[in-house]
Amino acid sequence: MIGNYPLHLMILVLLWGYIYTSWSLMGRLGLVSFGHGAFMGIGAYTVVMLWNHFGWSPWAGALAALAFAAAVAILIGYPCFRFRIVGHYFALVTLALSEVARLVIVALRDQTGGSLGATPNSALHGGATAAPGALQFSDKQVWFWIVLAFWLAGLWVWRAVDRSMARLALQAISEEEEAAASIGIHVARAKLRITLISALMTCAGGVLYAQYQLYVNPDTVSGIGISLQMVFGAIAGGMFVMLGPTVGAAFTLLLAEGLRLAFGNRYPALDSTLYGAMLVLFIIYMPKGILGAALEALRARTARPIAPRKSSGMPSA
Amino acid sequence: MQMLSLTKVCAGYSGFQALFEVSVEVEAGEAVAVIGPNGAGKTTLLRVISKLIGATSGEIRMEGASLARVPAHEVVSRGIAHVPENRRLFPRLTVEENLRMGAFPRAARKRYGERLEFVYGLFPRLEERRGQPAGTLSGGEQQMCAIGRALMSGPKLLLLDEPSAGLAPVVVQAIFDLVRRICAQGYTVLIVEQNIRQVLKVVGRAYLLEAGRIRLAGNSREFLDSQEIRKTYLGL
Repeated sequence: MIGNYPLHLMILVLLWGYIYTSWSLMGRLGLVSFGHGAFMGIGAYTVVMLWNHFGWSPWAGALAALAFAAAVAILIGYPCFRFRIVGHYFALVTLALSEVARLVIVALRDQTGGSLGATPNSALHGGATAAPGALQFSDKQVWFWIVLAFWLAGLWVWRAVDRSMARLALQAISEEEEAAASIGIHVARAKLRITLISALMTCAGGVLYAQYQLYVNPDTVSGIGISLQMVFGAIAGGMFVMLGPTVGAAFTLLLAEGLRLAFGNRYPALDSTLYGAMLVLFIIYMPKGILGAALEALRARTARPIAPRKSSGMPSA
Repeated sequence: MQMLSLTKVCAGYSGFQALFEVSVEVEAGEAVAVIGPNGAGKTTLLRVISKLIGATSGEIRMEGASLARVPAHEVVSRGIAHVPENRRLFPRLTVEENLRMGAFPRAARKRYGERLEFVYGLFPRLEERRGQPAGTLSGGEQQMCAIGRALMSGPKLLLLDEPSAGLAPVVVQAIFDLVRRICAQGYTVLIVEQNIRQVLKVVGRAYLLEAGRIRLAGNSREFLDSQEIRKTYLGL
């Protein structure tokens, strides 16, 4: 069996990989959200609050969290899509959303513990290692399998979306919204649908994160910092290829752990600052991300020998 | 039989009225042009028909049924296909994906294969370039692709917004030949153009739109003979 620390890192890579994949489902189709921290926060805090204050099992809590996230996604998404708030304006609206979520959590400090965060009451009594009803497991291996399953499910959704007409429709919308409407695409509905899928998946990620860490904090599960981390991770890894967001998760995690080992906690918000700076560099120099650029370079290398023959004939698919 | 009718339609953008009580009629099987200078409201006229903007007053009917409550994405299912100004292809999608998107409505998807064959028959050039991103086509090819995309929905009425804009003279000629062929196929066509001399050779009737108002209506012969048109628009 591998050690606890490497296992912990693998779990985090898969979990964040799943969350970044969820974000990219809409991000790659022109819906760049800076508000996904809100959905993650809703997932994390809803289960923990319902468990601590009302004794709801996290299974029921997760359903409540998903319903809550869906309501918020519709509340924000529908007006945006109906009134054609696109591009930068959409990003700004969602940016506000993630900050509102964080502020609400902090403001309800009597219930949520405010900025100190909250810990779900332990269900592991008398040396038990697993409490499935309370979704608490002290064995990291259990978490590895759970998170792996979610990650795989996320990739499956990605592929299902890719193969559907909805992907073409959303890509058409992101390129020429009006032309898309006039060929018969219900623009607002198409956008709302992918937003819902993405938001619900992210919310589920928040639930997993809370139950795995057994600690929630407004800054680590919501707010601008976490939203920016998702945008950065997905873009850095490559949001246009299926495994790109996962590569981005590994990259951001190594970066964060590296910074932590090098500087400890001496410079708060150093990671966020670095994400912001590197995001700019990635967008300028590597817009397709690490994996996207690598795959492109690989394709160029394998294609080169036959290129001269190709160019003499008609271009074909 | 009447295909499309606009009765006293007014429309505009916030704080600016572009169309004033415009009435236009198009019979089934007919090719009709709306001509006029830049900024006359020609593009707005087509956008109001395909519900991309709302009319502030007046009535639009397609085959007798009012379009007042029809949202933009359902206009195509009523048999109206819009080829927008500047073509508006989806540049990163391939030619064939663009055509596939033209058959997006459920009813059109069933006949995708047969219509694709029809469009490729009409534009063999598109078939040669089927796997290429639409943004890499030449101007004339892009126009073909835009018209092809519109035909994929199996429309009764085709709205063409300045198909000759921005094209080389020799290509303009080819595009007008194409419009003539499409009319000959039995499609009803409403075409907006600044290239008046050319378009009047293709259509049977025309309207002159100036500053948002219809100034003149008649058949193309009358237009070509009109002193006003000859002086102002044909430079004769």
